Amino acid sequence: MKLDGKVPTGELSEKWTQYRGTMNLVAPNNKRRLEVIVVGSGLAGASAAATLGELGYKVKCFTFHDSPRRAHSIAAQGGINAAKNYQNDGDSVYRLFYDTIKGGDYRSREANVHRLAEASRTIIDQAVAQGVPFAREYGGLLANRSFGGVQVSRTFYARGQTGQQLLIGAYQSLSRQISMGNVTMYNRHEMLDVVKIDGKARGIITRNLVTGAIDRHSAHAVVLGTGGYGNVFYLSTNAMNSNVTAAWRATKRGALMANPCFTQIHPTCIPVSGEYQSKLTLMSESLRNDGRVWVPGKKDDVKAIREGRLKATDIAEEDRDYYLERRYPAFGNLVPRDVASRAAKVACDEGHGVNATGLAVYLDFASAIMRYGKSEAHSKGMVNPSEDEIKLLGEKVVEAKYGNLFEMYAKITGEDPYKSPMMIYPAVHYTMGGLWVDYNLETNIPGLFAVGEANFSDHGANRLGASALMQGLADGYFVIPYTIGQFLSNEIRTPIIDDQQPEFEAAEKAVKDRLAQFINIKGKQSVESFHRRLGKIMWEYCGMSRNEEGLNKARKMIQELRAEFYSDVFVPGELNEYNPELEKAGRVADFLELGELMVVDALDRQESCGGHFREEYRTPEGEAMRNDKDFTYVSAWEWTDTTADPTLHKEELEFENVELKTRSYK
Amino acid sequence: MNWFVRFLTSSIGKKLIMSLTGLFLCLFLVVHLAGNLQLLLDDGGEAFNIYAYIMTHNPLIKAVSYGTYFFIILHAIQGIILAIQNRKARKSKYSVTVTRTTGTNSFAARQMALLGSLILVFIGIHMGDFWWKMKSGQTSMEKYDSFQFEVQNLYEKVDATFANEWIVLFYVISMIGLSFHLLHGFQSAFQTLGLNHSKYTPFIKGLGKGFAIIVPALFALIPIYYMFIK
Amino acid sequence: MKLNLKVWRQKGASTGGKFETYTVEANEHMSFLEMLDVLNEQLIAEQREPVSFEHDCREGICGTCSMVINGHPHGPMKGTTTCQLHMRHFNDGETITIEPFRSNSFPVIKDLVVDRAAFDRIIQSGGYISVNTGQAQDGNAIPIEKDLASEAFDAATCIGCGACVAACPNASAMLFTSAKVSHLNMMPQGEVEATQRVLNMINQMDSEGFGACSNITACEAECPKEISVKNIARVNREYFAAVLASEKNPSK
Repeated sequence: MKLDGKVPTGELSEKWTQYRGTMNLVAPNNKRRLEVIVVGSGLAGASAAATLGELGYKVKCFTFHDSPRRAHSIAAQGGINAAKNYQNDGDSVYRLFYDTIKGGDYRSREANVHRLAEASRTIIDQAVAQGVPFAREYGGLLANRSFGGVQVSRTFYARGQTGQQLLIGAYQSLSRQISMGNVTMYNRHEMLDVVKIDGKARGIITRNLVTGAIDRHSAHAVVLGTGGYGNVFYLSTNAMNSNVTAAWRATKRGALMANPCFTQIHPTCIPVSGEYQSKLTLMSESLRNDGRVWVPGKKDDVKAIREGRLKATDIAEEDRDYYLERRYPAFGNLVPRDVASRAAKVACDEGHGVNATGLAVYLDFASAIMRYGKSEAHSKGMVNPSEDEIKLLGEKVVEAKYGNLFEMYAKITGEDPYKSPMMIYPAVHYTMGGLWVDYNLETNIPGLFAVGEANFSDHGANRLGASALMQGLADGYFVIPYTIGQFLSNEIRTPIIDDQQPEFEAAEKAVKDRLAQFINIKGKQSVESFHRRLGKIMWEYCGMSRNEEGLNKARKMIQELRAEFYSDVFVPGELNEYNPELEKAGRVADFLELGELMVVDALDRQESCGGHFREEYRTPEGEAMRNDKDFTYVSAWEWTDTTADPTLHKEELEFENVELKTRSYK
Repeated sequence: MNWFVRFLTSSIGKKLIMSLTGLFLCLFLVVHLAGNLQLLLDDGGEAFNIYAYIMTHNPLIKAVSYGTYFFIILHAIQGIILAIQNRKARKSKYSVTVTRTTGTNSFAARQMALLGSLILVFIGIHMGDFWWKMKSGQTSMEKYDSFQFEVQNLYEKVDATFANEWIVLFYVISMIGLSFHLLHGFQSAFQTLGLNHSKYTPFIKGLGKGFAIIVPALFALIPIYYMFIK
Repeated sequence: MKLNLKVWRQKGASTGGKFETYTVEANEHMSFLEMLDVLNEQLIAEQREPVSFEHDCREGICGTCSMVINGHPHGPMKGTTTCQLHMRHFNDGETITIEPFRSNSFPVIKDLVVDRAAFDRIIQSGGYISVNTGQAQDGNAIPIEKDLASEAFDAATCIGCGACVAACPNASAMLFTSAKVSHLNMMPQGEVEATQRVLNMINQMDSEGFGACSNITACEAECPKEISVKNIARVNREYFAAVLASEKNPSK
C-alpha cells in the first residue's frame, strides 16, 4: 500500500490557506442530506460535532459516558498553547511550529504541524467567545505562562483546570446544536465496530450500555475522536474508562495504526503506593517552574529514608543530587517530559529512589518558598525577618500559585507538601501514536476520519506540554469541518445509507458473537486481573526504556496472556443489561492485541527518539540517539488478522523547512 | 397561561411569595410585640385594652389586619404546597441523613414546614383564646378616664388564660418553634430576593439571628411573667 | 483495616432495591473507589455479581461518581469527590453505608449508577453562548476584569456531578443551574443572551421535576467544588429582572 499524506503543494506557510481556498465545498442544501457520525465527545469529538452541526450536516454523536461533558479531556490541567505573541516575547506561528517539530523529535509531518500552529490562534478567540474564563491580568487581558521545552510564554490557562473549561465550552456548543436538532446525541452508547460498504466507512455498530441493545447507525462518513490508548499500561493518568476499542475496531477493519510505540511518560505523577492502585494522578508540569528535583546522593541516606529513619529534610544540601540541574544545566528542571522521565528512571535504577518501592524522586519547593519569602519580606519592608517568617510568607506565595495541586497531593498521599518535598515518579500520560491519517485527517479507509489524540498526526515522538488541548480543538473546530468536505463533496448523490445492507448485518452479528464469547468463557479470573498483568508487561518491557530482548519476551508474554484471557476470563452478568464487566472485557481484549502491536513497532524502530528509548541506541552519556537516515518515517501498521504478523507501511517524512538536529537541552 | 401566573408558579416565583409574605409577617411580629409588651405594664391593663380597641376600630389598621390574615394563609398554603412538592421530588429516601449546611441553622432549614405547621396551630389556638373571644363579645367592658370610648377588657382574658400552665407551656414551645423558623426564614428571605452580598449579608444574617431570638423571647416572656412573676 | 459495607443493590430503574452487607479488607492508602474495586474483585472471585458504580477520571474532575457515603454525597470530607476520598478517614471495623444519589430526576440505572441526563437538558435549554465556530473576534478584544473572570470561573468549576441535588432535602437543582447561568451571564460574551438564558434554564429545571430551593445550603456544604449559594441569589435576581423588567415571558 502506498501511503499518500496528501500534503498540498506550495510554501509551508501558505499550504493551508491555499488548500482551504481551493478545496471542494458542499452546498447548504446538500449538507442537510449528508449524515456524519462522530464517535467521542471530548475536545476533538465535541468540537467537531458542534461545528459540523453548525455547518448544516446531520450529525449523530456518540459517547460511552453518561454525558458528553465527562470525556477525559476534562482532566487536562496546565493549559493550551497559542502563538498569539500577546507577551511580545518573540512568539510566532513559525516558532510554535518549530518548537512542536523539535519537541516531537522530528517524527511528525511538517505541514500538519504548521496548520496546527496557525489554528492555535483562532482557538483562543473561539474559546473566549464561548465564555471560557481564562486567567486574566489586572488590565483585563489574557494571561500566559510558560511550559517545558519552550522559551516563550504562550500557554493560556484557567487555573489548573484548563481542560475542564475548554471541554465545557465545546460541550456547550454541542448542547446548543443538540437543542437546535442539528446533532442527535447518543449517550451511554459504545461503538463496537465500523461498517464498511464498498470500501468506505458507512456506519457503526454500538452497544447501548444501559439496555445492552446492539444498534446499527449509518452515515455518509464516520469521524473518530475517541482518544488515546495509554490505559494499555493499566496504570496511567488516563481515566479508568479511556480505551482503544473504537480505534482498534477500525484497525481490525483495515485502518492503519501509526507509531503505536510512541507513548508519553509524564515525569511528575504521584508514585504508585500499592498493588491495589487503579490509576495514577498527574501533578501539573507547571510545578517544575519552581520545584527542584533531587534524590539523595549517598546510598546510606537512601536506605535510611526508605526505612523511615531519616526524612527528606534531614539530608544536607551537599548530599543531595539535583540530577536534572547537574545533567542539563541549560534547561535544568524544565527539560521536556521524555528527558525528565528518563532521568528519574536512571536515578531510581541506580538505587536512589526514595519511597518504600524505590520508585520515587523528590520534587522540592523549599528553595522556592525561601526565595519567594525573601522577596515578599523585602517588598513588605520587613527588617531582618526570621527564617520562620520568611518561610510563612513564601508558603503563601506558593499556595497562591499551586494551592490546588498541593491540596490534591495532600488529599491523595496524606502528606503536607509545604513541609516535606513531594514524591513523584513518571507515569504513562499520553499516546502520540494513533490511527494513521492524511492531511485531511482521513484514514486509509475513505470516509473514516480520526481527530485528536486518536490520530497520530501532530506530536511526532513526544508531545510538548499544553499541546494536546490545542490539537484536539484545532482538529475539531478548524480542520475537520473543512477537510471532511473533500470526501463528502463526492457523496452528494449518495442517498441516506440503508442500515439493512448485508455489511451491517454481518458487522452486527460479529459484535454480538464477540460479546457472547466473553460471557461464555466462564473462566476463573477477572477482566481486571488480565488488564493489570498486561499493564505490568507493557510497563516493564515497553515503557520508559526498551530493548530487543525484552521486547521479544514481552511479545510472547502478551500472546500467552491473550490466549489465557480467551480461555479463563470470567465475565459476570448478562448481555442485555448494564454490565460494566462486559464493557471492560471488550476493551481489555483490544488492549491485549494493541499491546502486541506496540511491542512490534518498538522492535522495528531501531533508534531512540522522543518517548521511544531503545537502550541499544544511546550516546556514551546515555542520551537518546536518533537515526534519521533509516527511521525518518511514520510506521503505519496493518493488522486485520491477529494470527498473522502485522504488516508495516512506511510514510517517509520529508523536512523541507526545518533542519534535523540532535535535540539538546544541556 | 398568563405570564404573571407562570412566574408565580415557577419554583423561584413560589419562593418569592414565601419570601415577601414572610418578611411582611416579620414586620407584623414587631408591631404585634410592641402592643403586647404593654401587658407587662403595671396599670391593670389600661394601656393594653385601649391599644386593643384602637387596633380593632381604626379602619386603616383593620384593612392591614385583613391583609395580615391573607398573608398568613398564603404563606401557610404556599409553604404546605412547596413542602409536599419538595418531598415528592425524592420518592426513594436515604437510609442515612446528615445535616451539613453553610451559614444557616441546619435543623431550622430542614424543618421549616414542621415549624411552620406548629406556628399555624399556635395561631389558631391563639386566635381562639383572644381574637375570637373578643369578636364574640365574651369579654367584660371597661371605661378608662384617659380614653373616650368604652373598651373590651381583653387584659382580663389574658390574665385568666395564662393562669393555665399547659397553655403557658404550649405558648413557650410555640415561641421556640417560631424562633427556629425565623432563624432560617429571616435571612433566607433575603437570599430568595437575590440579596446576597459579601458586604451586607453578614449584617443581614446577624440581624436575623438577633430577631429570631429576641422577638420570640419577648413574646414568650409575657405568659411566663403572668404565670410566675405577676 | 476491616470494613463492613452496607451497599444499595438495585437491578434496574423499575425494580426496587435493598441494602446488602459485605465485609472488605482495605488499607488506609486506598481511595474509596479502590476499596470498592477490592470488594468487586472479591465478589467476582466468588462468581457473584460486582457492585455497579460509576467512576472515570479518579482525579476529582469528571463528575462521574454518584454515590452517597454515610449520608454525604461524595463522602464526609468537605470539597472532595468520592475518588479523592481516602480510606485513612475511616476507622477499622467501621460500618459504611453506600447509597446512590437519590432524586426522582436521577433515576437509578443499577446499584449506585444513576441517570443525570436532566442536567444535560438544562444545559441544552440555554447553558451556552450562541457563537458559531469561526465567528469570534480576537481573544483580547474585550477586556474582562480579573476579579469578575475569577468569580465566573468559581461558578464554572462545577463538574456536573449532581451532588447538590443529592444533598438537597428538596432534591433541588438550583445550585447546578445557577452556577451555569452565573458563569455565562457574568461574562460580557454571555450578557447578550442573559435574559433569555435565565428564563429558559429555570423553566427547563422546573420541568425536570426537581424540588424548589429553600435556601438550606446543604448543596454548597456538600459540593465537591464548594460552589457558593451566592450564585442562587444571583439567578433569583436575574430571573426577577427577566420576568418583571424585560419584554420576555417566563417560558419558551
